[in-house]
Amino acid sequence: MTTRIDRRMAKLKTEGRPALVTYFMGGDPDYDTSLSIMKALPGAGSDIIELGMPFSDPMADGPAIQAAGLRALKGGQTLVKTLKMASEFRAGDNETPIVLMGYYNPIYIYGVDRFLKDALASGIDGLIVVDLPPEMDEELCIPALKAGINFIRLATPTTDDKRLPKVLQNTSGFVYYVSMTGITGSALADTGKVAAAVNRIKGHTDLPVCVGFGVKTAEQARVIGANADGVVVGTAIVNAVANVLGPKGEKTADPAEAVATLVSGLAQGVRSARLAAAE
Amino acid sequence: MDQPATPNSFRTGPDEQGMFGIFGGRFVAETLMPLILDLERHWNEVKNDPDFRAELTDLSTHYAGRPSKLYFAEGLTKHLGGAKVYFKREDLNHTGSHKINNCLGQILLAKRMGKKRIIAETGAGQHGVASATVAARFGYPCVVYMGATDVARQSPNVFRMKLLGAEVRPVTAGHGTLKDAMNEALRDWVTNVEDTYYLIGTAAGPHPYPELVRDFQSVIGTEARAQILEQEGRLPDTIIAAVGGGSNAIGLFHPFLDDKDVRIIGIEAGGRGLDGIEHCASMNAGSPGVLHGNRTYLLQNADGQIMDGHSISAGLDYPGVGPEHSWLRDSGRVEYVPILDDEALEAFKLTTRVEGIIPALESAHAIAHAVKIVPAMDKDQIVIVNLSGRGDKDVHTVASMLGMEI
Repeated sequence: MTTRIDRRMAKLKTEGRPALVTYFMGGDPDYDTSLSIMKALPGAGSDIIELGMPFSDPMADGPAIQAAGLRALKGGQTLVKTLKMASEFRAGDNETPIVLMGYYNPIYIYGVDRFLKDALASGIDGLIVVDLPPEMDEELCIPALKAGINFIRLATPTTDDKRLPKVLQNTSGFVYYVSMTGITGSALADTGKVAAAVNRIKGHTDLPVCVGFGVKTAEQARVIGANADGVVVGTAIVNAVANVLGPKGEKTADPAEAVATLVSGLAQGVRSARLAAAE
Repeated sequence: MDQPATPNSFRTGPDEQGMFGIFGGRFVAETLMPLILDLERHWNEVKNDPDFRAELTDLSTHYAGRPSKLYFAEGLTKHLGGAKVYFKREDLNHTGSHKINNCLGQILLAKRMGKKRIIAETGAGQHGVASATVAARFGYPCVVYMGATDVARQSPNVFRMKLLGAEVRPVTAGHGTLKDAMNEALRDWVTNVEDTYYLIGTAAGPHPYPELVRDFQSVIGTEARAQILEQEGRLPDTIIAAVGGGSNAIGLFHPFLDDKDVRIIGIEAGGRGLDGIEHCASMNAGSPGVLHGNRTYLLQNADGQIMDGHSISAGLDYPGVGPEHSWLRDSGRVEYVPILDDEALEAFKLTTRVEGIIPALESAHAIAHAVKIVPAMDKDQIVIVNLSGRGDKDVHTVASMLGMEI
């Protein structure tokens, strides 16, 4: 079974460059604007889209993504609308992989079976659910894999060699290495340590390893991308949206354009990553 | 264990995965998972270790003042004219509530684990004060996360924590109450994984917290059971405790769960009534969901977003409940009923007047239910109410409810 993620990763491998994985918050600041951001991502150089599902209590997220989630919820975003957003995007783009990222409760309340059915129908390729460690695999991971949806697991600096096989066991699509202990949006960890960690994980799996948490600039994307199979950028994108919103949430510039400008720069970073590594 | 488990015992949970039926579990980010497994390993080592138990018992006796008294509330009994009412006097503990029982146990655990720093969340500030107290006693730096709204309405407890050397960090994220403080404590923990011990204040969160907090609080019920047998020669007919996260309640209930003739009632915050959203009755008006590391009854909307509750009592102002309570609810062993703000306030005033005891507003919810059911009971029947804390902290809230300024 191959998914859009598998195909995209295989293609990038032949191109000899890492993937740019872009996270944005679904429904931030409203549905239509958010959909326009999503549609702008592939053209700006995003290889894989992470579509954030807002949650009232995002325990692993920093202030930027917390605020984005609250803006989205205030704007009326629900899981139903997030899936609708994916399917509207999919109508015009059948290649770019979409990974839903968020917390378990909204999915649990939606109903796991119904969710997987509707996610597939909406063109979703993978799931990242922050609060479902391998110990809780029966909840969603196993059913998702059976349904043909990738379940992408986070590996962290606290995931030691003894635990790594357990974390990787039911992981598919790619492995998301969280570059540091902490919440999203913190300062980037020592890049040398990140490279060592990526190599450590690669010693346990053939899956691509993408690195996230703390990557904000093209230069950082280039450095991380020299070693990793993908670079995940989230908080910087969410901030690009926040920066063009006024005090009352009114748009002072086009958020999709702001995001596209940022992502284009990041895309140049990942495209020069292996070049830099070869130097 | 004061009695062997029977095949249909209610006291054997959780299972190895930390589940009480469908409730409980370990719904946490991968970064925290190794820490929680480490905590579980240490907990399993110490829970039956005689040295650990001896140290805890010594501190409970000489530092916290245990055993707490089981007091025959003669004034209230006469006033109500029905069953005999007893108060389990957790308000007499050091720091003024049952919270110290859990904090002493967990600080000893933190010491065993070699941790260097304590973090805690607090709502009303009772758990924050108890955490700051044990951190001071054992020489640990302590950071307490407290919702900005709660910081404003519980300023005496904020001052107490600061006196005790703790740093109080107001949480402005979300709506600035206990739920947001817990989110922020988890964010701290996920950041400072190497040296930090998270001292959770209630019998909730990821496994093994619900189990270990319950075990540390079960001293309440174990004592009460022995005390009533000594004082009355028999078990009570009914026991009552207020349920926010539910640590004082599970502490009283657990040793009685297999006493099938003892009726057990947990009291939820009914706030301004269950019709609207201004209450914290997750088990009467909520549904099962996943928050803060466990599956349990939650106040949430149709999209699975968590709602902010309301209660006159900051200690009950939490949209969830410990997972064991959810299981006891569904299994039918424990009844959970709501008490309104106004009813709790009346019980607060009544207890102060007829007993000369100012109860915490949390405990006043439990007393309010006794006020409802005791008059219809026989005079030879016995009711134990958990007086989980003293009400000095609440006098400002009560005064403003009564339209007075102090």
